[in-house]
Amino acid sequence: MNLEKVIFAFFSILALTLNFGFFIGEVDNPEHHNAYELFAALIVSLIATIMKFGDRAHIGALLLATSLVADLQLIAAAMVWGFTLYVVETGLTPSITSSIVSLSAGALLANLTSVLLLVVETVTFRR
Amino acid sequence: MKKVIYLLLRRMRLPLIVLISVYAISILGMTLITGVDEQGNPWRMDFFHAIYFVSFLGSTIGLGEVPYAFTDAQRMWTTFVIYAAVVSWLYAIGSILTLIQDQAFRRVLDFTSFARKVRRSQDPFYIICGYGDAARQLVRELSEHFIHSVVIDRDREKILDLQVEDLPFHVPGLSEDATDSDGLLAAGLKHPCCRGVIALSGDDDVNLAVAITSKLLAPELPVICQSDSRDAAANMASFGTDHIIDPFDIFASHLAMMFHSPRLHLVYEWITAVHDAPLSEFKSPPAGTWVLCGFGRFGKAVQEYITGEGVQTRLIEADTGATGAPLDAIEGRGTEANTLVEAGIKNATGIIAGTDSDTNNLSILITARDLNPGLFTVVRQNHQNKDQIFRAADIDIIMQPGAITAQHILSLILAPLLGDFLNLASDQGEEWANVLVSRVAGVVEDITPETWDLDISPLAAPAVFDCLIRGDKIRLHDLCVHPQNRAEQLPCVPLLIKRDNEKLLLPGMEVQLHAGDHILFCGREEAMRQARHTINDHQALYYIRTGIDRPSGALWRWLTND
Repeated sequence: MNLEKVIFAFFSILALTLNFGFFIGEVDNPEHHNAYELFAALIVSLIATIMKFGDRAHIGALLLATSLVADLQLIAAAMVWGFTLYVVETGLTPSITSSIVSLSAGALLANLTSVLLLVVETVTFRR
Repeated sequence: MKKVIYLLLRRMRLPLIVLISVYAISILGMTLITGVDEQGNPWRMDFFHAIYFVSFLGSTIGLGEVPYAFTDAQRMWTTFVIYAAVVSWLYAIGSILTLIQDQAFRRVLDFTSFARKVRRSQDPFYIICGYGDAARQLVRELSEHFIHSVVIDRDREKILDLQVEDLPFHVPGLSEDATDSDGLLAAGLKHPCCRGVIALSGDDDVNLAVAITSKLLAPELPVICQSDSRDAAANMASFGTDHIIDPFDIFASHLAMMFHSPRLHLVYEWITAVHDAPLSEFKSPPAGTWVLCGFGRFGKAVQEYITGEGVQTRLIEADTGATGAPLDAIEGRGTEANTLVEAGIKNATGIIAGTDSDTNNLSILITARDLNPGLFTVVRQNHQNKDQIFRAADIDIIMQPGAITAQHILSLILAPLLGDFLNLASDQGEEWANVLVSRVAGVVEDITPETWDLDISPLAAPAVFDCLIRGDKIRLHDLCVHPQNRAEQLPCVPLLIKRDNEKLLLPGMEVQLHAGDHILFCGREEAMRQARHTINDHQALYYIRTGIDRPSGALWRWLTND
């Protein structure tokens, strides 16, 4: 067992599960989507990205790319949220909520790809 | 560059994770602790304000308590955040600084910037492996002749030396093992402008490895190697090393030449001497018995050659067993009077101090001179940094392996015909050499002549080539007069014309040139410049041939053409 691999997989999967936790619920109901969950998903996703830095293998580059996509989507979701609350001051209307959740859904897809790649790499790894 | 980025990212993993974690925990804490707003109602900071507050707190230690004055619980958390943020920033910045100073990182950085410089190079260049005395002189001389070079040496100090050297243009240097093919490739082994590889590392194994790598990866490139032993030389020759240079052998053959034809040697010395050196004087070593101190590679080569000239030698060697010295050799260093006397210094005509220690060589010289002031002295100088002392010692011939190697390689590069010329010249008599000496001395003043090659080819001499193709006749004389005043002779002497299988030694001025001729000249630098102008300029050549200064513009040509 390789501790580095454990930590790496841990963060990748945690990013996916937290992301999923935020995403699940009615798409336009703000009651179903907690800001803390989005925060946790974003932080874990950022850490997962950094763990993928400096890997020269081809699959490593692919993992980094999917991770960056997830970060970008989650940051966009958080920014839309902050913008509606403090700049436009319209509050979380159903349309805004659904756009935040759909952005996080995009991140979910990226995180899913990331985990799938991880699984593929593990399966093809031969001793 | 890719490698550098990967290294940087890899090393920055932990500091970045620490930084993000500290910020995340701080922001989370800020949003969880209950505060009080202006009206005294309980209030919780939201994510937006928490990120804003922690961001300026982490980088500047605060602008104030926003949006409302903090409670004590919030202040306690803020205190924690201040320390945590400062420590994590220090850690992150510290790791970047450590990384920049890291040897491995610097090497990657140096390697990358060296490879980039070489890759962008547009001028023809030579790769020089090893930067000792010989390489230093060679790089300097090449740059005086506007030829670029790149240097690889294992020793970082030497590359630093190269960087502070005052050269007319930048010579990239890399501290890397030259036996490593990556280093050679980065130095431009496969670059279209690379003209050759020169191995001067002072270590036969390294030179051998360089030669093998070059011949395998770039078979068409000429390879010039210095070799210290015959075994290594034979090995290098076996896989097609183009030129193998043994400075001791070269020197010994010159010394022999000085015995049988001192004037020819003088010519040789002049035309191979370094740029702008003063003209050396005529020296003729006396025959008779010579005392030879040191029977290493140098001593063996010298003894072999001068014995062939009928010179008797008496040997002095400190370690007669290991060097395989003959039985009549006297054991000792030669620095003491009694060994020298035993070797018969009082009746000898010359002394050769050829050990590998400069101090001992000077000591031998001084002791020997005390015993017999009339001696002809030959001293080996191993290190260039002792120039001053050796020059002050008033020695007849100073043998510097570095200088000999550098000169030899330089003439191979600048005037490849020189070898042919010298081979032919060595068959000529002393009188022929005497005539040549006076002709060369007539054109150069008191500094050594330049030697240059001229090819009558469409690229190198377009004007001459076009004329010859049209069927006009061009004499050698036309290349040796001033392109602005054809009555004025240029200060140069044509030494050799090589065409197909024919070689014309000291060709007369009336010789007709053919397309494809290679001509070797020696003379003053300005003659080289003027002759290069003539061969490239149709107008100048037309004027020289006919004496008519033809107008060059179409309009003028039409106006004058009645």
